Amino acid sequence: MGQQIVIEPISRIEGHGKITVTLNEQGEVADAKLHVTQLRGFEKFCEGRPFTEMVSLVERICGICPISHSMASSKACDQIMGVRVPDAALKLRKMINFGAFIQSHALSFFYLSSPDLLLGMDAEPEQRNIFGVLKADPVFANDGIRLRQIGQQVVEWLAGKRIHPSWVVPGGVNKPFNAAFKDDIQAILPEGVEIVQRALTFFKQSIGKFGEEIQTFANFPSLFLGLVDQDGMLEYVDGRLRFVDAAGNTIADQVDPAAYQEYIAEAVESYSYLKSPYYKPLGYPEGMYRVGPAARLNVCNGITTPLANKEWAEFRNLAPKGPVLSSFFNHHARLIEILYGLEMLDLLLKDEDILDQNIRAIAEPNFQEGIGVVEAPRGTLFHHYKVDDNGLMTWLNLIVATGNNNLAMNRGLLQVAQHFVHGNKLTDPAINRLQAVIRAFDPCLSCSTHCLGTKGGAIQLLAADGELLDEVS
Amino acid sequence: MNPSANLPPRQATVNDALSRILTFKINDRDVSARDGETILSVASRYNIKIPTLCHLDGLSPYGGCRICVVELKQSGKLVPACITCPQEGAEILTHSQRVVESRKKILELIFSERNHVCAVCVSNGHCELQQLATDLGLTHIHYAYRYPHLAVDASHHRFVLDPNRCVLCLRCVRVCAEIEGAHTWDVMGRGISSQIIADLNQPWGSSPTCTSCGKCVQVCPTGALSEKGKSVAEMVKNQEFLPYLQEMRDKKHY
Repeated sequence: MGQQIVIEPISRIEGHGKITVTLNEQGEVADAKLHVTQLRGFEKFCEGRPFTEMVSLVERICGICPISHSMASSKACDQIMGVRVPDAALKLRKMINFGAFIQSHALSFFYLSSPDLLLGMDAEPEQRNIFGVLKADPVFANDGIRLRQIGQQVVEWLAGKRIHPSWVVPGGVNKPFNAAFKDDIQAILPEGVEIVQRALTFFKQSIGKFGEEIQTFANFPSLFLGLVDQDGMLEYVDGRLRFVDAAGNTIADQVDPAAYQEYIAEAVESYSYLKSPYYKPLGYPEGMYRVGPAARLNVCNGITTPLANKEWAEFRNLAPKGPVLSSFFNHHARLIEILYGLEMLDLLLKDEDILDQNIRAIAEPNFQEGIGVVEAPRGTLFHHYKVDDNGLMTWLNLIVATGNNNLAMNRGLLQVAQHFVHGNKLTDPAINRLQAVIRAFDPCLSCSTHCLGTKGGAIQLLAADGELLDEVS
Repeated sequence: MNPSANLPPRQATVNDALSRILTFKINDRDVSARDGETILSVASRYNIKIPTLCHLDGLSPYGGCRICVVELKQSGKLVPACITCPQEGAEILTHSQRVVESRKKILELIFSERNHVCAVCVSNGHCELQQLATDLGLTHIHYAYRYPHLAVDASHHRFVLDPNRCVLCLRCVRVCAEIEGAHTWDVMGRGISSQIIADLNQPWGSSPTCTSCGKCVQVCPTGALSEKGKSVAEMVKNQEFLPYLQEMRDKKHY
């Protein structure tokens, strides 16, 4: 009879999760699974609400990336109203989104993952946290705190509040940009660029120490998905879908996000509340794809800003013939994206349009359906709404960034378990690496579970031959 | 209600200069009132603040919410200040421990009755119920929430009724009947299952009596009645029209 090893909870991620590793009769790793153990229910309790409340309602999905949800939601609502959002509002929405990316990526890199990167995967567990980092390298830790502050400060100067602002609304934003903050934002950007460049140097220098991790952290062929602009360059808010295969061939390009259902379907597994989206033409589970920072850099033709583009070229040189396959490099990609955000903010601040007072299009609901797709820090985010004639929500589907990576996270876990778990005991280095591979995806489990799964929460007792011995549901 | 209670007239203001003058005490302070004046209006003249919810100057007193209760020191009774007229020599306490506890309990019951989620409400930051909870220092609801399933009525082309946020203060019913004269709004059901309805419980948008004047929306203390298209925290009510309209009518300025 096989044996099962459980790690619960997974530390230093957003939300709650559990890992189980199943051994076969020879005591070798047979399977590993990530279980997302919580349920949110947004897709149910938003039914019946006016669509005008949706932007703020879905922001409550998360305290780290509320802005991403407000971006996708407002785009879906813009479509329901059938309006053309004023240019100033589009640019201001992009600005707040860049602020949110900076703070979210800084959180992931410095607060959650840097203890592994700076102190090493095998450092003492009690030291392997942000306080340990503060002790070991105060400048590095302060850099992280300051960088996150820069991102949050941009959000606050634009929206009046750092977490859950109600500034982004269907049709635009509800207050013009206060010109007094223009210089303030401009003033803090150079410091951010310096911090990211220091962090990039640190990351590149330490890559050598993580050979084993790079080799095993979800390092396998898969598809990649990300949004790109009309020239194929990196884009977060206004892009179209591009799928790239493991050899680097573009298999679907410039797909209208409104047609996402032709390319993506969602499977439900009994071991997790998190659904498993897959690339429909390849079927389940062969249609496994990855999203997120590394996936975005893998699918795009480049980045429109000079410093980030230079780093992008270097990143792509890690795997000159195709996409960078190891999810360990999500950390690297995150830093490049912070740089892109800082450069873009600088560009947008120089645009006269952002001070325009025309910032909102007003309309009744003119269409019964809206689909908003954006890139969130953790990957592509889909909001799909349907409303009745009066604008009350009748149905919604959310495919949240982390969900897209579900299949890949499970595959990554198995890969790490097979490499690091030996015998029937879990060693500390193995435990940390099992968690670290999940952390590399920076999953937000609290964000990602929405639909009431029909079978979620089942506990299965499986014999090594797969026979079902007992079940509790 | 005690049938012998000294009820105020429908108009809360008393203009008769010849009416009897009463003297009594509020919070140990000597005050005087004309016969027929309510405790609430006397207190307000003396700048003694008594919290209210269903009461609104310009509408007939209703005494429904019981937030404005005050204690009669001699009898120990709690009475609503908005519809109780003082007796000669009465001693009234507006903020005794019993009064404050009672107000908090009532407010907790109001919160537990419907689905009040401030953070995602159109009236967040501009809500009388929310302000009341802040003023009374309400931090927790000790009663079990009822979580009723109440459908939003967005059939009107300009306004939305969300009964989840309704506290049954009936300001909308009164302003519609007394000021606009349409009497579109009324109440259906009894007790805890009471609900605001348009005409004979039909979608608001199909009401033949509604004049779409919007007075109900402006007097509503919460986000239960709001302007369509408003996003979270955007609904700011304007109630200044009410005393203005009243004065224009009373003094026949038109």
